Formats: sequence, C-alpha cells, structure tokens
Amino acid sequence: MGLGQLASRALFRSTRLASSKPQLLLRRAIVSTPDLHNSGAAAAEAQPEPDLPKRNPVAGARVHFPNPDDVIEVFVDGYPVKIPKGMTVLQACEIAGVDIPRFCYHSRLSIAGNCRMCLVEVEKSPKPVASCAMPALPGMKIKTDTPLAKKAREGVMEFLLMNHPLDCPICDQGGECDLQDQSMAFGSDRGRFTEVKRSVVDKNLGPLVKTVMTRCIQCTRCVRFATEVAGVQDLGMLGRGSGEEIGTYVEKLMTSELSGNVIDICPVGALTSKPFAFKARNWELKGTESIDVTDAVGSNIRIDSRGPEVMRIVPRLNEDINEEWISDKTRFFYDGLKRQRLNDPMIRGADGRFKTVSWRDALAVVAEVIHQVKPEEIVGVAGKLSDAESMMALKDFLNTMGSNNIWCEGNGSNPNADLRSGYIMNTGINGLEKADVFLLVGTQPRTEAAMVNARIRKTVRATNAKVGYVGPPADFNYDHEHLGTGPETLTELSEGRHPFYSALSNAKNPAIIVGAGIFGRNDKDAIFSVIEKIAKNINAVRPDWNGLNVLLLNAAQAAALDLGLVPQSEKSIENAKFLYLMGADDENLDKLPNDAFVVYQGHHGDRGVYRANVILPASAFSEKEGTYANTEGCAQTTVPAVPTVGDARDDWKIIRALSEVAGVRLPYDSLSAIRSRISTVAPNLLNVDEREAAAFSTSSLRPEVKEKMDNSAPFGTAVENFYMTDSITRASKIMAQCSASLSKK
Amino acid sequence: MLGRLASQRLREIRQVFRGLPQHIDSPDNNPDLPWEFTDTNKEKAKEILSHYPSNYKQSAVIPLLDLAQQQNGGWLPVSAMNHVAKVIEVAPIRVYEVATFYSMFNRTKVGRYHLLVCGTTPCMIRGSREIEEALLKHLGVKRNEVTKDGLFFCWRNGMHDNNIGTGYFCVLLLHNTLLSTTEDVTPNRVVEIVEALKRGEKPP
Repeated sequence: MGLGQLASRALFRSTRLASSKPQLLLRRAIVSTPDLHNSGAAAAEAQPEPDLPKRNPVAGARVHFPNPDDVIEVFVDGYPVKIPKGMTVLQACEIAGVDIPRFCYHSRLSIAGNCRMCLVEVEKSPKPVASCAMPALPGMKIKTDTPLAKKAREGVMEFLLMNHPLDCPICDQGGECDLQDQSMAFGSDRGRFTEVKRSVVDKNLGPLVKTVMTRCIQCTRCVRFATEVAGVQDLGMLGRGSGEEIGTYVEKLMTSELSGNVIDICPVGALTSKPFAFKARNWELKGTESIDVTDAVGSNIRIDSRGPEVMRIVPRLNEDINEEWISDKTRFFYDGLKRQRLNDPMIRGADGRFKTVSWRDALAVVAEVIHQVKPEEIVGVAGKLSDAESMMALKDFLNTMGSNNIWCEGNGSNPNADLRSGYIMNTGINGLEKADVFLLVGTQPRTEAAMVNARIRKTVRATNAKVGYVGPPADFNYDHEHLGTGPETLTELSEGRHPFYSALSNAKNPAIIVGAGIFGRNDKDAIFSVIEKIAKNINAVRPDWNGLNVLLLNAAQAAALDLGLVPQSEKSIENAKFLYLMGADDENLDKLPNDAFVVYQGHHGDRGVYRANVILPASAFSEKEGTYANTEGCAQTTVPAVPTVGDARDDWKIIRALSEVAGVRLPYDSLSAIRSRISTVAPNLLNVDEREAAAFSTSSLRPEVKEKMDNSAPFGTAVENFYMTDSITRASKIMAQCSASLSKK
Repeated sequence: MLGRLASQRLREIRQVFRGLPQHIDSPDNNPDLPWEFTDTNKEKAKEILSHYPSNYKQSAVIPLLDLAQQQNGGWLPVSAMNHVAKVIEVAPIRVYEVATFYSMFNRTKVGRYHLLVCGTTPCMIRGSREIEEALLKHLGVKRNEVTKDGLFFCWRNGMHDNNIGTGYFCVLLLHNTLLSTTEDVTPNRVVEIVEALKRGEKPP
C-alpha cells in the first residue's frame, strides 16, 4: 500500500455503458484574445504553447463533469487545470498529475483533515492549506513543490514518526507501508526526538484483524470506514492528545463482514491481517488478478502467491462491482485451498474404501458405467464454483450421451432460463446507486452478497433511500422497514394495500431485489409473477431503467442459466442411475437410489465425496482459467495463480478426456475451442469485463402463471452461516474461527 | 533512568483516576447493569434536549453526561453512557469518545470528595508538596486512591484553576455539584478541612 497504491486510485467513476463521455484533460493553450481580428495571423501562429510537459492525471484518472457549465480553472504549479466546481485542492492536483502525500484522506471516505500531510501552498493564503479539505476556488494558484510545502511535509512527517515505534522489521506492513514510502519521498533524513515514545495497549478485534495500536498514527480512516462503509459504529477515537487511542472502548469484536478492509485502509501496520501475520513480505509475492467465486458478486481480487501457495487475497479496484472492498469471506478463505484437497483419482472399492488409481483406470470405469445406463437415468449437477467452460463441457457431454438432466446447484430443479432478465441483476451493481427505493424480497444481502449490500448502504446513506424488506427478521446495517415475512406481503404490495406501496410508486427509480433462495421454492413462478405485477404497477421496468433484479447466490448460477443448464425433468435425482457431480456439494441427495453410481469431480473432499463411487480431482478457481458470470451478468475470467495440486486437472479437460474414453469425443481440444463453442450458445460470456444487459424484460413476455403462492411458507434465509458456504470455505480454518466467534447468534 | 522516571510520572499523572481509554468489566461497572435516569432527571434531560435542534440530539451529549455523572455520585459507569447514547440516539461509541475526551468525566469510581492540590511552580514554591504529604498521611492513602469511606485525593499537575490565578495554594474540592476552592492553606488547615468534610460540613 505505498504510493503505487496512491497512484492507482481511480478518481471518478467511469461508467461502463459509456453513457457519459469521459473528458481527458489536455494541455490548454493560453490565448489572450479571441482571434477575431487577425484570424489569419492567429492561425499561422498556431497556438502559443507554454513549454510545460503534457500532464496526465494521476493513475489515468478520468474527470467526470456532472454539469459542464460548472467548470472552474485552477493553476497547479503554474499549470492550468479545469475541474468541476466543488472539487478539493487535492483532487485538482491529482487531475493535474501531481500526487500529494496524505494519510487520513481516502477518496471513498469522508474528509477528516487531521493528518496535515497534504499541506500545499496556495497563493494569497497566510498558512499552508490542507488540500484534502479545501475546496478549489476559481483562479486559485496552488503550489506543491515550494520550499514551504516541502518543509510542511517534512515537519508533519517528523511529528508522525515521533511516537511511532521502530517496528519496521517486525511489522507486516513493511514494504507496502504508506509511512515508509512517504517518509522516504517527503520526509527529512533525521529526527530530533529524544524523549520516550508512548505506547498503547493492543485491542482485540477478532480473529481477522491484528492490532498493534502503538503503530497507529490516528488518521481515523478505520473509524470512518466502520461508520460509513461498513455501517457498524464500533471504532472510535478515545482519549485526547498524545494519549489518543483507536478502540472500541468496551471489549467488542469487529463482526462486520467488511471488517477485513480496514487492513487495506490503515496506512501503517496498526491494523493488519491476522492470518497473514509474519507469513511473507509483499515483495516476495506474485500478484495475479483474478475473480472471487465465494459469492455471485465476482469481486475483483488479486491473489498474492509465493511459489505454489496462496498467501493472501487483496481487492482490486473495480468501480462497477466491488469498488475497493471485498468481504471477509473473500479475503480470508484462501487457507481452505490448502486443506482437504483431492489430488488423485480414486475409486471406491468393494469394501467401501477409496483406492487411488490412475486417470486411465478411473476414466475407463466411469465410461464403462455410463454406457450401461439408460440415457434418461444420467444426471449431471454443476457445482457452485464451476466455471462456464466446464459447465459447457458437461452439458455437451451429457447431451451427447442422450441426457438433458443437468442443472446447477442453487438454481432449483426447475429453473427458468428463457429470459435473461429473469435471473440477473438488471440494474447492475453500479446502477443500484441511482435507485431511491429498494424492495428486498427474500434476500439478506448482508450475508448473500456483501458487496451489493455495501452498495445499497452507500445509496441509502447518500440519498436517504428507503428500503423495504420482506423476509425473516435479519440484521441490516442501514435503516430498513420490515414489511413482512412471506408471500402474503407481496400480495398486499401488488394490490397496493400495503403502506409501503406508496413509497414504491412515488419512487423515480425503484429497485426490487429478489433473492435466489426463492428458486428453491415450489411456488417460485407464482412469486415471480406477483413481483412482476408489482414492478409493472410501480413502473420499475422502463427502457431507461430496469429495476427488477435477482440476486444470485453462487458464482456459477448466472453462467449456468446463460448456457441453458435446465433439467429435463424435476424428478431426475429419484430416477438417476448415474450421477455426475461437478463440484456439487450442497445438492440434496436423499432421494438418490442406493444403486446409483456417483462420480464426484471436484477439488475438495467436502460433502460430495461421501456418496461418490469415483473421485476425479479437479483444480480450484485459483488454479485454472475460467469464465464466471456474476449476478449482474458481467463475465469475468479467473487466471491461474498457483499450480494445481497433485494430479488434478481442469474440469473441462476431465470431461473432454472422459468423452473420448466413452467414445463420444467432444469437438474441442483447447480453451479457445471451448470458448468458441460457448459463443454459439451464450456469446455474452465471452464479452469479458463488460456487463451485458438483458435484451427483453420479463414483465412483457412471460406467460400468465396459474399457480398460487404458498402463503403458509414464509421466506427463509438462503445463507445460514456467512462464513461457511461452499467447499473451500468449509475447509478453511480461518472461516471456522470466524464462524465460531463472529457469527451473529 | 531519567526517561523511565519521566514516563512513570506521565503515567501517574494522566492516569487511572479518570479511567483508561479502555473499559474493563467489573462487577459494579459493566454493560449488563441496568442504569436509567431518575424521574426528575428524565425531566431535566428532556429540558436539556429542548435546547438543541431535534435532528441534532447528539449535541446534548455533554450536558446529559454531566447529569448522569451527578446522578451516579461523581462517576460514569459504562451502562450510564449506554443509556445516554440511547437517549440521544447515537451509537454508544460516540458517547464513549466524548466521555474519554473530557477530563471531568470520571469513568472510574471517585470518592465523594475529590481533593486536588495544585502542584504548579508557584504553589510548589509556597510548599504545596508538604501540604500534599500532610494530606496523604492524614488520610492514609496514596495519590489517586480512594479512602475506605470514599474520600478521594489526587495531585493535579499544572492546573491553574481559573478561580484562583493568584498563585497561592489552592485545594480544589469537587463534591457532586460542589465546586469550591480553598486557597492559601497550610498543612494544618488541610487536616482541619478534611475533618470538617468528614463531619459533613462545608469548609469555609
């Protein structure tokens, strides 16, 4: 987290759907009079160019002018810069390409102005000015490299280092420490402090965040993060003067699901990652940009690995999905990648125990069995963490064998994949910020998709948006109205009888978020049709705004429905004689006949292996290149960060090999070939990093539903334990600790 | 060595009689103990809240904390701070922040009479150290300790009370709302004052 990180902050949102043209700042030529009179001469002269080099904004940030008339010009180091009104001096300098050092300022938090490191000189100002807090006025002349500004920075740095312990060798933040970087760049070479430094008692914030509060420089970033972004007001600045401490006063653990982000935010080593403590230095680590698969958000992460081991996971900036944050589950589940791994193909012998065999034997056995079974008795289930390529391969394989009984976990046994808008977040995670009323049906975003919840909270905080929630009583970190617990509330809303309906109908951009937990219900079609009726009544589905969203639970669901993993019959499990589980651990196998032959292809020895007859080891998401579609329909790819374990292979390669051994050879041999196969089925999955909006909305095209909702069954919670949702998190020790100590009882 | 003495001094001074910036649960001070304003104080609290705009109830935190402290005999248990937080509708941590910031909010038990001896240079010249010694010996406690019957004593460094400002000795007494100083004392006078307090009389 050094200046490099400083430099990599994108200032303003670049809307992906290109609704507003970003304006790159170019050097503006200084012309004194409009060339009315001597146009010829002016043209001949071209434009008098000041000999300043072309300035690019810091880290390629782009400026968004919300109101093109409201543009003011300031001068940064003599260089003129056009900025929207209301920007601070620091932001103006960033656009001008000047990186001003700071500790307490963070672009996503409120302004504190207490570190004083951002002091710059402004003409006609008697004192240096805290650039993070000072709004830029028209015609201001800002100077960042004068002796006064430099002296100010050196002085502030000296003060900060006065009470800072000499912990660099033992501090985890060494190498990525803002204090280290800025003292090298802006500090003086010697200090004058000869007294005794103060020390502070460490606080216990839980199993995830390690605190060494002596190192704290009281920038209050963590306090502001906890109050504003995470919504839990746990941390505060206690005491005063040099005895100030950041703490919770009473012994309280940080139970928020976003608590790990304070590790990134803290500029010094006061708050660090407890599982990663003393494990590695940041220069030893190789960062691989990848995608998180623990939930359907698809947060962008960077997997830091050293050799074959994943050492930690840190967030990547993605304005449209996760901004700069990731949930605790995403951040800390990586140690599950080292435990309970399947590394060799195994066959269950006659005595019930597994025996390690070679790939050839395992595939031969599977191929033999699959030919002895009738096509309609072959069933395939794709797991939560499956990527699009492997699901495509599985579907093709099963279809070639004559069966169409394939679905993805979490989609229910009768998913409706006809219209894309019926199963993705049509508004887009970024678009939720424009909503002014939310209706959450059967979904608890805090546990299901923490980043979506953070976005909702951001909207509620910024615009006081109203939130109505239908479902079991749950913990929210923003104000919400609990409208009811079951489908009868939906009926009331659709008929306009419920008091919340007036808020919904008066909203300019209402957003309805339906949880994917509803997919498992028998009356889901009825529920969806009622919700669509509500949406139509409140005009939530318009050409410019589609407020009807589905919040998916698993990383694989959206791609599965895009690829058409819809089973032929709902009762496939009961009649199955051959079951192919591709990483599917949470499927209910009670109804499976006892003589069914189960093949489990996955990376962890989780619940799926108990019933398996053959185990085929596959690689986890950090070891393969796979395409995942998140809940808003944006396709993203993971990149292999570490080599895979043992004899495991990529999922789709196993199925391709199996198909060859079974005699029904699939027509693709390489990743590009399978991706071109995907392009014939769901070309949006190949449009990586772009959110593909659904073309048709469900309200106009879905047929009338005859069934009634089951009013006796209230909505349930889809995610019981936030920390243990899939095979990797269940294998993780850190998640087990979190679940034991941090889960809200 | 000097450094160690200096840090020890600093710790003594800044320290425990007001409470650390961390709360440690004890049987008589933990969040599970119920605490509420008395009925009269509830009225007073409502009156205090009326001074501030209704959407900025948190501005009333300091007067309400003062009221709570007076009700509780000169100190604030954590449950009182939680109750005040509920009254002004903020998270408890915000109240904790305010209470730890101001030195007159005691977060540990203080005695009924809180005696402070000014220890600044002018008073020291006039012998405040002897006064302090006499007081300590008479009461039988060390600095920042509470006597058995709840008399409390501490030695304030660098405190020029604004009543005084005369550079004479001062002994400042804090007894709930009683805030009085006695200046120009001698060691004998101090003992007399303490005896008077024990009897329950207000010293002149």
